[in-house]
Amino acid sequence: MATQPIDRLRVGGDLIYRQRRPVRAWHWLNALAVIVLLMSGMMIFNAHPHLYWGQYGANHETPWLEIGSDGERGYLRVGPVTIPTTGVLGLAGGEERAFPPLVTIPSGYNLAAARQWHFFFAWLLVVPGLLFWLWGFISRHVQRDLAPTAEELRPRSLWQDVKDHARLRFHTGEAARRYNVLQKLSYVGVIFGLLPIMVLTGLTMSPGIDAAWPWLLDLFGGRQSARSIHFICAALLAGFIVVHLLMVLLAGPINELRSIITGWYRLPKERDQ
Amino acid sequence: MTLLTRRRLIGSLGAGAGGLLLSGCDRIAASPKVQDVLGLGEGLTMRAQRLVTDRTALAREFAASDMSPVFRTNGNTMPASDAYQAHAAARFADWRLELDGLVRRPQKLSLAQIRAMPARTQITRHDCVEGWSAIGKWTGLPLKLALDAAGVLPSARYVVFHCADDFDGAPYYESIDLIDAYHPQTILAWGMNDQLLSVGHGAPLRLRVERQLGYKQAKYVMRVEAVDSLARIGAGKGGYWEDSADYQWFAAI
Repeated sequence: MATQPIDRLRVGGDLIYRQRRPVRAWHWLNALAVIVLLMSGMMIFNAHPHLYWGQYGANHETPWLEIGSDGERGYLRVGPVTIPTTGVLGLAGGEERAFPPLVTIPSGYNLAAARQWHFFFAWLLVVPGLLFWLWGFISRHVQRDLAPTAEELRPRSLWQDVKDHARLRFHTGEAARRYNVLQKLSYVGVIFGLLPIMVLTGLTMSPGIDAAWPWLLDLFGGRQSARSIHFICAALLAGFIVVHLLMVLLAGPINELRSIITGWYRLPKERDQ
Repeated sequence: MTLLTRRRLIGSLGAGAGGLLLSGCDRIAASPKVQDVLGLGEGLTMRAQRLVTDRTALAREFAASDMSPVFRTNGNTMPASDAYQAHAAARFADWRLELDGLVRRPQKLSLAQIRAMPARTQITRHDCVEGWSAIGKWTGLPLKLALDAAGVLPSARYVVFHCADDFDGAPYYESIDLIDAYHPQTILAWGMNDQLLSVGHGAPLRLRVERQLGYKQAKYVMRVEAVDSLARIGAGKGGYWEDSADYQWFAAI
């Protein structure tokens, strides 16, 4: 920002310094951590692809979600609903595996190795994540750039942003210097919602941590509930990544990538009225 | 690197170039250097857990109404050896638990002697490394009492549990350090759910070390040995699954 005079409103076509170094560094570290965690997590899930609610849950209990195969067809079962998933989940390429080798780390069945990957990259999620939180509040990045304003949170402006997104009319010129409100809400939801819930539910699955911090079991309603919430939040994170990448593609991938790699972002030109 | 990974991931999902990615990833994953680096995480996790948690914290104990209706068996459910099967047929009448290694007074305890000693009963959750959990009631001899009877020497650092069962001829064994060995909930269980421990669940004795995962809960414990190092036991990694499949020795996570 220091290189920019602040007395002039920016217009479309201007190059602005949009992403500071800690934001960029954390973004990429975290992207790496989350992707490895998702992929190794899917291998860990494959060891027992059934989810339960409560303190306990094993083969004699009825799972609320399971991925399986009857030998000929793969399926995803959620409650009473069974969805055929042959070729993707349960059974793919002749192999009975909840998540297919293409998306798991390691690709073959190896629970011990998947756990080794998962717990290493969990450190890469937690330590830079906490530092980013700390920096975010001290530098006021959170308060200034991420927190939605009261004005933005009014139903009318929220609805306007939903309509803008649906029509793929992204902000231009001066307005594009800031994140839009849906963008802010999704970033805040990931940084202060999904990611900490992932860490806490992950810790709740540790019998050693449960002994020391039994309140975790009360917070999530038991180890098996924590495992279910861990999985649901992982699915939401995967959904966020898909939408996030889609938005990058739609908003101009070169400009967006330049901004998250170098920090510099070219404000989109104003649309002709 | 991240950019590459992500782009390659997305690209390969779409274009079906997944094979390339897979072989690349698995080549990286299998390299000893990568395994060494990932192993640093394991050590860090153990030290961090020991640092931030109370070493004597008790695992949660549940009410009888919280117990799993059916507690499934896992791993071996009937040791193959003739000696074990003869003991099982005789209801372990002539069987003795051996307690030796770095101790002043090696012990040989009958099941009757063990059951006559003070017992602890606890309803706890058993967590398999695969992800499932079952809650059961365990009754047994606190390991501390057995170790005190034998008089553990100051040079001992670990306690090894030698078991009667095997996988393809490799005997099952497990080990814990003295922090867990002296923990009040660490017991040699001879009873489960108000009955004598069944063969399927590890008769005559099963280790319960409640702050760790299921594979540490060694069944069919025949011998308890105090040692100063795990290097000379099995393949040296401290347990059957640790040796054979690289499972983490510190199984509290």
